[in-house]
Amino acid sequence: MNIEVSRRRFLQLAGAGAAGTAIGALGFGEAEAQVSALVKPFRLVQTKEARTTCPYCAVSCGMLAYAAPSKTNKGKLEVVHIEGDADHPVNRGTLCPKGAAAIDYIHSATRVKTPMYRKPGTAKFEPVTWDFAMERIAKLMKDDRDANFVEKNAAGTTVNRWTTTAFLSGSSVTNETGWVTYKVARGLGLLQIENQARI
Amino acid sequence: MSSLGPTFGRGAMTNSWTDIRNTDLVLIMGGNAAEAHPCGFKWVTEAKAERGAKLMVVDPRFTRSAAVADHYAPIRPGSDVAFLSGVVNYLLSNDKIHKEYVRHYTNSAYLVKEGYAFDEGFFSGYDESKATYDRSSWEYEIGADGYAVRDMTLEHPRSVFQLMKKHFAPYTPEMVARVSGTPQDKFLKVCDWIASTANGERAMTIMYALGWTQHSHGAQNIRTAAMIQLLCGNIGIPGGGVNALRGHSNVQGITDVGTLTAAIPGYLALPTESEPTLESHLGKRTFKPLQANQTSYWQNYRKFYVSFLKSYFGAKATPENNFGYDWLPKLDVAYDCLRMFDLINQGKTTGLICQGFNPLMAIASSNKSAAGLAKLKFLVSIDPIETDTARFWENHGEFNDVDPAKIQTEVFMLPVTSFAEEAGSLTNSSRCISWKWQAADPYHDSRTDVVILADLFNRIRKLYETQGGKGAEPLMAVDWSYKDPAEPSADELLKELNGKALVDLKDASGKVTRQAGSQLASFGEMRDDGSTDGAMWIYTGVYGPAGNLSQRRDNADPSGLGVYGNWGFSWPANRRIQYNRASADPEGKPWSERKKFMFWNGERWTGPDVPDYVPTIPPSQATGPFIMNPEGVSRLWVRGLMADGPFPVHYEPFESPVTNPVYPKLKGNPAARVFERDRASFGNAKEFPIVATTYRLVEHFHYWTKGVHMNAVVQPEFFVEMSEQLAAEKGIKHGGWVRVWSKRGSVKGKAVVTKRLKPLTIDGKTVHTVGLPLNFGFIGVARKANPINGLTPPVGDANSQTPEYKAFLVNVEPIVGPVA
Repeated sequence: MNIEVSRRRFLQLAGAGAAGTAIGALGFGEAEAQVSALVKPFRLVQTKEARTTCPYCAVSCGMLAYAAPSKTNKGKLEVVHIEGDADHPVNRGTLCPKGAAAIDYIHSATRVKTPMYRKPGTAKFEPVTWDFAMERIAKLMKDDRDANFVEKNAAGTTVNRWTTTAFLSGSSVTNETGWVTYKVARGLGLLQIENQARI
Repeated sequence: MSSLGPTFGRGAMTNSWTDIRNTDLVLIMGGNAAEAHPCGFKWVTEAKAERGAKLMVVDPRFTRSAAVADHYAPIRPGSDVAFLSGVVNYLLSNDKIHKEYVRHYTNSAYLVKEGYAFDEGFFSGYDESKATYDRSSWEYEIGADGYAVRDMTLEHPRSVFQLMKKHFAPYTPEMVARVSGTPQDKFLKVCDWIASTANGERAMTIMYALGWTQHSHGAQNIRTAAMIQLLCGNIGIPGGGVNALRGHSNVQGITDVGTLTAAIPGYLALPTESEPTLESHLGKRTFKPLQANQTSYWQNYRKFYVSFLKSYFGAKATPENNFGYDWLPKLDVAYDCLRMFDLINQGKTTGLICQGFNPLMAIASSNKSAAGLAKLKFLVSIDPIETDTARFWENHGEFNDVDPAKIQTEVFMLPVTSFAEEAGSLTNSSRCISWKWQAADPYHDSRTDVVILADLFNRIRKLYETQGGKGAEPLMAVDWSYKDPAEPSADELLKELNGKALVDLKDASGKVTRQAGSQLASFGEMRDDGSTDGAMWIYTGVYGPAGNLSQRRDNADPSGLGVYGNWGFSWPANRRIQYNRASADPEGKPWSERKKFMFWNGERWTGPDVPDYVPTIPPSQATGPFIMNPEGVSRLWVRGLMADGPFPVHYEPFESPVTNPVYPKLKGNPAARVFERDRASFGNAKEFPIVATTYRLVEHFHYWTKGVHMNAVVQPEFFVEMSEQLAAEKGIKHGGWVRVWSKRGSVKGKAVVTKRLKPLTIDGKTVHTVGLPLNFGFIGVARKANPINGLTPPVGDANSQTPEYKAFLVNVEPIVGPVA
């Protein structure tokens, strides 16, 4: 067989081998063969492993996420297992009740699958295309900005600000996402920009 | 963060999670690490098991952290400053301080100029009509040489040391017991243990979280704790520090990047409208040293600012146009969340974008928020999961009783990738920047935040290009020259944060030190002439010429001190313990062999960490270890850097069961902002005699995990925690239904009657406290509940505007529960 043996699988085989040898030395060679035949392949052997970070608190525990082809979302890899990263110096492989259940967050019943739109006065969300949603949001923002952007204040100072739209930015996004968020929100002239750091 | 900066120079956790293993004593107060940061709390367990460290917990509830503590002391919510000021008084009046550290590494010797006064709780300069201080009388006396005047004997009556002794004298153990309800023996044991570290031989770490920040005087809670650590000499040493255990997984990184109303990445400031020119902005912030030979690192502010502008506006930023300064938006006022939602409620702010943010649950006074959301023209939620905010217009019976037909807001819910479906870096609360790799494909139609925001930005810019419109010039000036403008990569964005040389950089002799186009290795290379860029100077080095150091995964720890110097990259300059020069005495020798860390070897500063100091400055130059501050030392006295005073004062919460026992004339924090329209929404102790405090549960993370099956199974519903005495008084049974209401709203849940909470005697009066877990709402798979912030008051800390979630008034009554 030509499969890549993961670190865990290697340890497991080595462990079984050592135990088998000890048993073999006692004259249990037959037993060794029988035990080996019963050992199932490690269930994560055919998954893709990635090192990620727990999305919850600011300990930011290291995690190993394992992905396999999705059964419901054809053609895509989805996470099938998460565990603590034993190499991580802070959490050393441990996870709390939140991190240990993080796979249920990924597959949450309330996960948003497709862009949804709620028309004024209606009582439901309806699915829309990305193109519709983004075009509509861009138009709403431009209309509001054009109506309310202030180039100069009463004293004649150039102020280039837009104070009628607000942006609440997440504190669980990456630094790179944070920078893009900053660039876009400030670039539009927004002053009402906040994140969870102060609440 | 708004207290650590004024005290030490930088607003972030001073030490690291793994450094907690080096401590001898842990104080957990204003937090509950065992419950809220369990995998970081293991380092407390490790210090206890391996070093015999002791753990003290001071909290209104006997928490999970308290359950494993060596000493527990109860306290009334909102009285932490009084308790901690009592500790300061104990240390000073019993002369249990680390004298040489205090003399040389704090501003204790500095003289405050004539004119400063403190009377009945108010500092000089108070303007009652504006609820603000004129802070000019809180400055140092400046000598003829232009430097601040010091008295190294600490005897001068206007020295910070003597002013401090006087200021804290009222906080006797009797007063602490009266204000905080902490029995004197329990309080004195805390003092005694803390004093055991004031010697350079032993270290104490203080771990806190939102239990300290979420008060109208939150920054002063942390300030008082920082003063205690300075008096004991516990800053800059292994096992020491004031350690802010922060909330979200990247809240440190996002604070650094500065998606905050008045910020520019790396703790630079967004200009205000009173700073019409680049020079007028820079001039105020390029601090000159207040003593000879001090580093005063903010002298380099302009280099960092210009490098930011070069990243932000790219080639369009030139010396001729002041690097695009005019294009930056200028502040008229700071728009924190409370102001934002006040404006939304008034119908003045009419568009809202929420990225991973659920304000209907998270902001104080949910009923005010809900009424505001209904006035919006449009609301966009960019979140992996459905939030209560995104569905605010939907009727959920008593939990969200609205009529959708009356709400005209257009709402969008955009699917975004989860944490495992994207790559990039995160900064944990101990400033360590680490990379994560993409594990899976985007879920269904979801897209990354970067793709969504790039798409939005490009569409809006295209509309301006084709149709024109107001303010087109500053919008088009933003540099967007990414390889794929529709999807800037995490790699190129981190490079942009780090910065590069735009031309060949040369030293004084003309030798090229950094070639054009090369990444910068250190912020020391940044220039103010436009020859370097770099969006966030404090991260420079994370992606230097040696590549992306956030991806480093070498967990070797040769010193055995938990430094892990080759794991990721800690800002600034990969330092793991901030201000670590202070681990050695003024001559450069370790304070003790036991606490040996960084030291002067005769030629340079060395040790297991990167020195937080210019490595070649000899001890003889007397350059202070707090290199960000123009004094070179830390600040026991913060001058005019905080809105509510140069020293902490015990302020009662805005809703309090008692009149301030220390200063009866004070009603709340005199410098806190209360909007006129909100004044009527505060309750009094007659109508609402019970103190309430909110907290989170180990099984839940804010308002996310109520949508997560496993967590909803193990902790399915909201409850109200109360003492046996209160339950008996009200006729409430364990497991029975109760209603809790404040002046602003009402919630229902089952009672958890427990010995973990006990009534306290405050100023001669019995005061009960109820505990309210915050993690529930009306969207998700857990049982529905009213938002807990329906109860909380719309007032924030005087410095940070963090809302007062941790101490407010309610009433409680038994009710008939729903039919099961």
